[in-house]
Amino acid sequence: MTVQKTPYRVLIGKPGLDGHDRGAKFIARALRDEGFEVIYTGIRRTAAEIAATAIQEDVDVVGLSSLSGAHLRLFPEVVNELKERGGADIPVLGGGVIPEEDIQLLLGDGLNAIFTPGTPANTIIRSFTEACQQHRNHDANK
Amino acid sequence: MTPTSKTLLAGLKKHDPRAIGRAISAVENNGDAAADLLAALDQDLINKVLVLGITGPPGAGKSTLTSSLITTLREQQKRVGIIAVDPSSPISGGAILGDRIRMMDHALDPDVVVRSMATRGRLGGLCASAGAAVRIMAAAGCESIIIETVGVGQSEMDIIRLADITLMVLAPGFGDDIQAMKAGLLEVADFLVVNKSDQHGAEALCMDMEQIFSSKQEETGIARVIQTVASEDRGIDELLASVNNFADYLRISGMKKERRSKALDAETLDWIIEMLRPRFLQAMKGNSGNKDPRIRAKELINTILATQNSPPNIFKETTL
Repeated sequence: MTVQKTPYRVLIGKPGLDGHDRGAKFIARALRDEGFEVIYTGIRRTAAEIAATAIQEDVDVVGLSSLSGAHLRLFPEVVNELKERGGADIPVLGGGVIPEEDIQLLLGDGLNAIFTPGTPANTIIRSFTEACQQHRNHDANK
Repeated sequence: MTPTSKTLLAGLKKHDPRAIGRAISAVENNGDAAADLLAALDQDLINKVLVLGITGPPGAGKSTLTSSLITTLREQQKRVGIIAVDPSSPISGGAILGDRIRMMDHALDPDVVVRSMATRGRLGGLCASAGAAVRIMAAAGCESIIIETVGVGQSEMDIIRLADITLMVLAPGFGDDIQAMKAGLLEVADFLVVNKSDQHGAEALCMDMEQIFSSKQEETGIARVIQTVASEDRGIDELLASVNNFADYLRISGMKKERRSKALDAETLDWIIEMLRPRFLQAMKGNSGNKDPRIRAKELINTILATQNSPPNIFKETTL
């Protein structure tokens, strides 16, 4: 493994109306402890706000959390907002209370990976690392 | 000029948020495009921009005050840039950058450009990156730029020196004036903002600060201790009016130029140390011994300066 040149920058955001941010904060801390720079945007943001922030902050990856059941609408909306703002290359990962049958739908809608309450933290961090690497490689090849 | 820096420069002129974000990353990460890009920035815009530094203890209301200042500056049709600095973990090197939470109301305003930066544990390098970020934002049309950082620690103090005008935010209940003096922060502050001034103890805090700042106040006749309730946008107009008066004073007296050139000197020194670091770390390997570090340092400097007359591209080597 090569030494990471500069820390990966990720955004952790909660689109929609639910105010339960324990999961999002847990992931933010876990990523920080693995050397990521985590921009946390807090609860109750719109997809457009999250996408605009991700572009401004030039993040490698966007991680979304939703526990309200609105993930099928909200997660792809962030993917689309990113696309509209010239950030189609930024991978979006999602987590929350998400039924098995929705996972394939979300992956089909452009989400990079989906995590559920049972996913071990290590798996989540590995997915973030891989998505960040993928994004940096994409940048380097441009 | 590399194609990347050309594209980024064109993007900055068009105020493209993606280009601004990428340009700052290029500098922060010592990317290839950085040098070309920085050399070609619009110097007139950089000279014109007003850079405010906001510092103070955690919880005094820096982010809330910043957000409130953004609202007022936007009402005045000013394009605003914000650089929010948070510390990196010394153990993992990671960071949680949470200052944006209080600024999210401005997330969709194209004329509010926010960048969160982590200190990345560098002794000086952050100061250099943040300075470049200021100039990139200025070149992308920002007229006022706010640098926000916790007022503890040397790297934060270095950063705040990048500002033309420094605001120190305090709130009642954070210890007495002796604490503030002990921190040595009051000397660098041009303004003292007593935030949460509707709370118990604000009056006494103000009186203490007025006394400490009386000589600064007499010097210009501009109020330097200002009360705000940032969460309700109270006192912000008064604060900005005084800050603008002081900015005029600095400009007319030539002090702005003086402060800028001092800051640029500090940044240059920062870069020198940053660029030399890898070379010296390399030279130190396998040559430890029991020598006193001061003597060893002198010897290393002599060896390196003597053998390296015109290093080919020292800048590149720092990206290792």
